[in-house]
Amino acid sequence: MTEVLDFKPAVTQAQDVLTIRDLKAYYVNDMFGVRREVRAVDGISLTVRRNEVYGIAGESSSGKTSLIKTLAGAIRPPMRVVDGSVNFSFGDTHIDVYAEPEKMKAARWQNLSYIMQGSMSVLNPVRRIKHAFNDFAFRHMGLDRRAFRQRVESHLQKLGLDPNVLEAFPHQLSGGMRQRVTIALATVCEPEFIIADEPTTALDVLVQQDVLGLLKEVQARLGSSVVFVTHDMSVHAAITDRLAIMYAGRLAEEGPTQAMFDNPQHPYTAHLIASLPRIGDVSTRKSLAGKPPSLANPPSGCRFHPRCPIAIDRCSKEVPEMLPSAIGGRVACFRAGEVAVK
Amino acid sequence: MSKLLELDHVTKLYPVGGLFSRQSIKAVNDVSFSLDADKPEIFAIVGESGSGKSTMAKMMLGNEVPNSGRLVFDGTDISTIRNRSQREAFMARVQPVFQNPFEAFNPLTRVDAYLFGTAHRFAGANNQAEKERVCDEALQRVGLSMAEIKGRFSHELSGGQLQRVAVARALIPSPKLIVADEPVSMVDASLRMSIVNLFRSLRDELKVSIIYITHDLATAYYISDRVIIMQKGVVIESGDARAVLDNPTHPYSIALKNAVLPPDPRAASAAIRLRSAAAAG
Amino acid sequence: MFKVLRDLLRYNREFLFGSLLIAIILAVVVASYFAPYDEMMTYAVIPDMPPGSEYWLGTNSRGQDMFWQLAASMRNTLIFGIVVALISRVIAIAVGLISGYVGGKTDQAIMAFNDTLGALPNIPILLLLVFVLRDQMTWPVLALTAALLGWTHDSRLIRSVALSLRTREFTRHAAFSGMRTTQILLREHLPYVMPIVFFTTMNNLIWAIGLEVTLSILGFSDINRPTIGGMIYWANAHSAMVAGIWWWIAVPMVAVVMLFIGLFLLAMSVNEYIDPRSRLARMGA
Ligand SMILES: Nc1ncnc2c1ncn2[C@@H]1O[C@H](COP(=O)(O)OP(=O)(O)OP(=O)(O)O)[C@@H](O)[C@H]1O
Ligand SMILES: Nc1ncnc2c1ncn2[C@@H]1O[C@H](COP(=O)(O)OP(=O)(O)OP(=O)(O)O)[C@@H](O)[C@H]1O
Ligand code: SF4
Ligand SMILES: [Mg+2]
Ligand SMILES: [Mg+2]
Repeated sequence: MTEVLDFKPAVTQAQDVLTIRDLKAYYVNDMFGVRREVRAVDGISLTVRRNEVYGIAGESSSGKTSLIKTLAGAIRPPMRVVDGSVNFSFGDTHIDVYAEPEKMKAARWQNLSYIMQGSMSVLNPVRRIKHAFNDFAFRHMGLDRRAFRQRVESHLQKLGLDPNVLEAFPHQLSGGMRQRVTIALATVCEPEFIIADEPTTALDVLVQQDVLGLLKEVQARLGSSVVFVTHDMSVHAAITDRLAIMYAGRLAEEGPTQAMFDNPQHPYTAHLIASLPRIGDVSTRKSLAGKPPSLANPPSGCRFHPRCPIAIDRCSKEVPEMLPSAIGGRVACFRAGEVAVK
Repeated sequence: MSKLLELDHVTKLYPVGGLFSRQSIKAVNDVSFSLDADKPEIFAIVGESGSGKSTMAKMMLGNEVPNSGRLVFDGTDISTIRNRSQREAFMARVQPVFQNPFEAFNPLTRVDAYLFGTAHRFAGANNQAEKERVCDEALQRVGLSMAEIKGRFSHELSGGQLQRVAVARALIPSPKLIVADEPVSMVDASLRMSIVNLFRSLRDELKVSIIYITHDLATAYYISDRVIIMQKGVVIESGDARAVLDNPTHPYSIALKNAVLPPDPRAASAAIRLRSAAAAG
Repeated sequence: MFKVLRDLLRYNREFLFGSLLIAIILAVVVASYFAPYDEMMTYAVIPDMPPGSEYWLGTNSRGQDMFWQLAASMRNTLIFGIVVALISRVIAIAVGLISGYVGGKTDQAIMAFNDTLGALPNIPILLLLVFVLRDQMTWPVLALTAALLGWTHDSRLIRSVALSLRTREFTRHAAFSGMRTTQILLREHLPYVMPIVFFTTMNNLIWAIGLEVTLSILGFSDINRPTIGGMIYWANAHSAMVAGIWWWIAVPMVAVVMLFIGLFLLAMSVNEYIDPRSRLARMGA
């Protein structure tokens, strides 16, 4: 990169940018007199440091999107934060997301940007792409129109998009192109904190690598933090520094990515890693036995116990706590470390 | 030997640029292949983003008409299907699964409306109990149930749940051909395998042919019988899936195969760094 | 629904103020059904009485109580406007949605017709018709004619949204789920054009009422049937301003302004509520 860096103070020590404490967020629906509570985030604590890529993995409907919505302060009814807190600290600004919503509003797009799952939701189907950039990014960049346009164009090019897409309507682009447009939107301001929900799922492998490379580059250059959600374990392998595995609204395990791939401590982590298909291998891959758990009525004790190959009696009765694991992370399992891959 | 689906030199152009420019891009450029009626198979279409895969799917579903060439489904040219009864007969036998489940369900419509509509029109379910039974059966095949879906809006379900509902819906009419445009991109590895395994059992048990459009070379390798690789609208390589993916010959296919991220942090991050460096230098 | 109304009243000032104005007007309209004497009757009360405790809004030179005149006129004028707006809404929605959904050549043909019709001058056409039809020109005929002239602009707006909906994936998904075209248009697309429909209904209502007032002031309608425009027509015919009977002019004027402002405020606030984006936001998407 030859570009001149924006002036941002270099922060070297590992500092917590985001702290989540015992967060509980439920979807509460009162329908036809029946109250349904989906406990999508059920007691999660974690911290994200400056200058790291923090991955969140887990099966579909384990609550990944819900978790990030709560930490981005993007919750709306029927979702409710029932308990716990989310704190950001950007330099000298400290924001308690649920105590100070106005401060959070100011931080959006400038300090923090959120790439949502399902890219179309941010793009207005009847307006050209360039309007989206003008609406979201122009104010925050402090450039004049020409310079802004140039910056946007060069940014799009880095993502492998022709600047002509600015003149297109969303429906004229392929799924992958739209996805990249939203990534461009979220990163063009170069925010300190990027939250990305499945940003690469609609992309082919080559473009996926470019996008991951770009995210990593922006992140490393600015020393910013990225929370990266995807169910694709190989993407986690490629860019995250630390990884959290969610299961049924809770964390199952957290730790340094490399160590977790080498030596998963939780049986569910082990399963996720072992189930990755590889080219050249056609042996039948089994999906996990049993049904995904219902978040409205989660299993007792360890939520994984109905599907866990090494469950013991205790697992259905007691809830395992998140405790320090042997590989320098945390794990919630009574038999942590008793599974080795392969 | 009769053909289930035949594409004969199909080309699709889209105009680009402003109001006054007459330029166009070839989203799909002279593509030909066919599926046999007696031999159900999973036919994978892989290729880079914007290479025309979704456009092909739209043409197979009769949503777009090619600028030249023909698409023939079971003896009838798809572009000649005009009136409602023909169209409904066609839809009872060809069903889609769309790329982005958040787009495929109208946010203001309850998700079950799509299921009930399909059950009513294509599976002859007339009363509510019958509809629910038919839909529940299909949902069970993808690991869901009517109880979980009933009355919900699309934003109340996760991406993976939605995509499974979409697959279940496509199964209701017992079609001959399913055109699945990236059906697994939104679901996790475990579910991905279960959907992909479901496709396999559909092929083997119900004799359904499946057009499987994907970026995921690993699952394409895992389930498909034949594959074509596309780049900028052109088929650059085609043939038996295993053979092509084991030994790709076109430089782009080779690049694509090599770009599959290895499921190991050290190797994967090295791959990303290498590619960024190549792009920068 | 009730909750929505309550929230709108509580948090939305435009809605509160608009509904107040419209409520007053509606109360007056309802009152018209309890009039003590036939609205067509003249010299029922003492003429030329200024507003006061006995005759709230005064009486006119034709011996009519202005309050009861206003009530009947308001009712007739509103009914006229609503009939025009409803008929032209149905046409605009049908033409707009179908044209946008079908697209291609058909769309171009429909829009060409649409634009031609839209370019025709309205008042001269209506005047011509009035001269041709003379006595047959009853208010329902006039309403129908106005409706047939008043949808073109709005159908174009609706069509532009429908065109973009056509390319959305959920439209195709609905078709493959066995939904018939009418179902798709009504269930899937209509909610997205509702904001436009509401906004243009208000415009159309105002336009129709303005049209009625204009024609009546000029005396080109059934002048015995009380309408807002008709009131002004009679006031002019009796040189009310010169004679110092200002309330004869002022009452219909103020009423019409109240009606317009009320409609405008209501449309604005309801629009915000009905917009799919904000609606989705409320649903928690
Ligand atoms: N608005 C809502 N009302 C009720 N339940 C909801 C709502 N939104 C999400 N849920 C439920 O919350 C659970 C978690 O959903 P979430 O979107 O967080 O999953 P996810 O981990 O992001 O899955 P995916 O990988 O499939 O996107 C799901 O069971 C979903 O059905
Ligand atoms: N309605 C349209 N108008 C103009 N151009 C279009 C239209 N639809 C698609 N295109 C263009 O056609 C090309 C192929 O698009 P298509 O959606 O088929 O790609 P794809 O292979 O499905 O990509 P992805 O994997 O990203 O979904 C793209 O360049 C796209 O911009
Ligand atoms: S606590 Fe028990 S059930 Fe849960 S993962 Fe560990 S061994 Fe399995
Ligand atoms: Mg999600
Ligand atoms: Mg596509």
